[in-house]
Amino acid sequence: MEVFDFYRKDRWPHVFCPGCGNGTVMNCFYRAFNELGWNLDNTVFVSGIGCSSRIPLYINADALHTTHGRAVAFASGLKLARPELDIVVFTGDGDLGAIGGNHFINGCRRNIDMDVICINNNIYGMTGGQASITTPHDFQSTTTPYGNREYPFDLAEIAVAAGANYVARWTTRHVHELTKSIKIALEKKGFNLIEVVSQCPTNFGRRNKMGDASIMLEWFKENSVRREKARSAAVDHVDLNLAGQVTIGEFVNRDRECYQERIGVEKHGEKH
Amino acid sequence: MSLTPGEYFLQGNEACVEAALVSGLNFFAGYPITPSTEIAEGLARRLPEVGGAFLQMEDEIACVSAIIGASWGGVKSMTATSGPGLSLMQEAIGYAAMSETPMVIANVMRGGPSTGQPTRASQGDVMATKWGSHGDYQVIAFAPASVQEMFDLTIKAFNYAEKYRVPTFVLSDAEIGHMRGLLNVPSNIKIVNRKEKGVRRTDEAYDVPDDLVPPFPTFGKGNKAAVTGMTHGPDSRIEPEDPKIHQELVSRLNDKITKNRRDINKWDLLCPDSKHMIISYGSASFGAREVAAEDDRIGLLRLKTIWPLPEEPIREAASKAEHILVCEMNMGQLYHDIKRVALEAGCKKIELLPKIGGEPPTPGEVRHKLREMGAI
Repeated sequence: MEVFDFYRKDRWPHVFCPGCGNGTVMNCFYRAFNELGWNLDNTVFVSGIGCSSRIPLYINADALHTTHGRAVAFASGLKLARPELDIVVFTGDGDLGAIGGNHFINGCRRNIDMDVICINNNIYGMTGGQASITTPHDFQSTTTPYGNREYPFDLAEIAVAAGANYVARWTTRHVHELTKSIKIALEKKGFNLIEVVSQCPTNFGRRNKMGDASIMLEWFKENSVRREKARSAAVDHVDLNLAGQVTIGEFVNRDRECYQERIGVEKHGEKH
Repeated sequence: MSLTPGEYFLQGNEACVEAALVSGLNFFAGYPITPSTEIAEGLARRLPEVGGAFLQMEDEIACVSAIIGASWGGVKSMTATSGPGLSLMQEAIGYAAMSETPMVIANVMRGGPSTGQPTRASQGDVMATKWGSHGDYQVIAFAPASVQEMFDLTIKAFNYAEKYRVPTFVLSDAEIGHMRGLLNVPSNIKIVNRKEKGVRRTDEAYDVPDDLVPPFPTFGKGNKAAVTGMTHGPDSRIEPEDPKIHQELVSRLNDKITKNRRDINKWDLLCPDSKHMIISYGSASFGAREVAAEDDRIGLLRLKTIWPLPEEPIREAASKAEHILVCEMNMGQLYHDIKRVALEAGCKKIELLPKIGGEPPTPGEVRHKLREMGAI
């Protein structure tokens, strides 16, 4: 499949700003999907609200662009109704971790078969740069004009604790690792989370002295630490996500039985 | 296996479960809440028997989200709740209206506001059902008044949800949900399945034009459907800033229901030409039914569909009646809408018997109110 068959060309121009990391993630996803030789007709892309949640509308497949935070809940129903379809969720940090936090942790717990790609840009980009649950401590945003007084969530660690089958975190600087992880997730059953720390130069970078995508990518490169090495540091630092460093790598890769296998709906899907 | 034709003795909520299965329900997502829980419990047991799936979600927002997802997979889906759950569901109900997703919500009403009276009946959610989510949209809602109607109207709810691609409600209450009674399952039950994109059907069940209710592009069939809650054109392209596209879309979402009132509206009439009419629905009509049956001066218009409001029979009754008494188990919700229609039809005296607290108005209370109005 050529890259231009993968996208809905008639939906261009897209809404993403120059320098946005969404394009990088889409490209990595396309490569992984294409290398596996998967069929777009058998895949449904589900998303919530936000910049990253617009991605499914640009892919030449069935897309369910839903309400803010609920993508995992919509995807859960769809998967149980049609177990033979592959479900990919595109979401962001605010969508998945804030308003959709409960659906996220229960999605991991239930381990329904879906691949969730969370593009974490540490900010609410679409609404113009408000602090999110992953904005690093002391960083600037329109709703934290004196610096962020809160500490960020670690989405990947939450997913591990809540029971997801596969969890990895990369940045948009780690395109090869990211592509490989997407391939692993696509082939793997159960709830798989790939968190991609991504740059939003427009609404995050500019307010934090990184108004250029390349500066942000450099920042990712210099501050990324492999999880194995970051583990001891994390114990002492609640703000391990970006404020000091970005922990990257595979967080977990296990084979818990997924929900639709447990309730035996694999069979009923054959009717369709 | 769904119920075979014959007589059964069931609880209202159980009748709802069986009706859903007869209708072809394949997916249910629920969250425990009194007094609707028996529906979730019943389907948790029954759905796997018929090859469907039951999912207990983390909250009611997730319930409606999940059944919308399932519906886009091409299956019939449903959830059940009561007032507090309905409040949470509103966000996803708006999404279902905007994305034109067929689905059914059984709301077994209890006393509100807030946690209120979990085990007591009320009709406090009538307006929340119609107006609860933001923006202009329409829903269909039925109000059963017996175990038999819980069965019949649940089937109708599924059929109309499919036909009009709209969220459809079965608005019962703690009285009907927990009442046990006789259920007669007929042998010829009409079931409507949605009009799918790319599938030619000539069934008269689909006599709604395609430009009012577009065929459903089921996922996983190469339709490349792009479903969104944002303003979108007929090609599902999002156009959030185009005034004309928004106007056309939202007008159509409303028109497809309001222009088909005749098809959707169901009601029951006792003594149709009476000078003294009671208008009621659901369990609020129990007392009124007894009064109307005993006293031939009193007529009863009992609404089975409450949304869209059956304006035609109300107008008809109001054009002949001197007095109209509206009986509701709330502080007056449908009353104001009924009053508007009745006033337009020329009836001057339209009064309300509001009964809250958890018990339907008794025949004595109805008679007392009629006497007060000078009707008897």
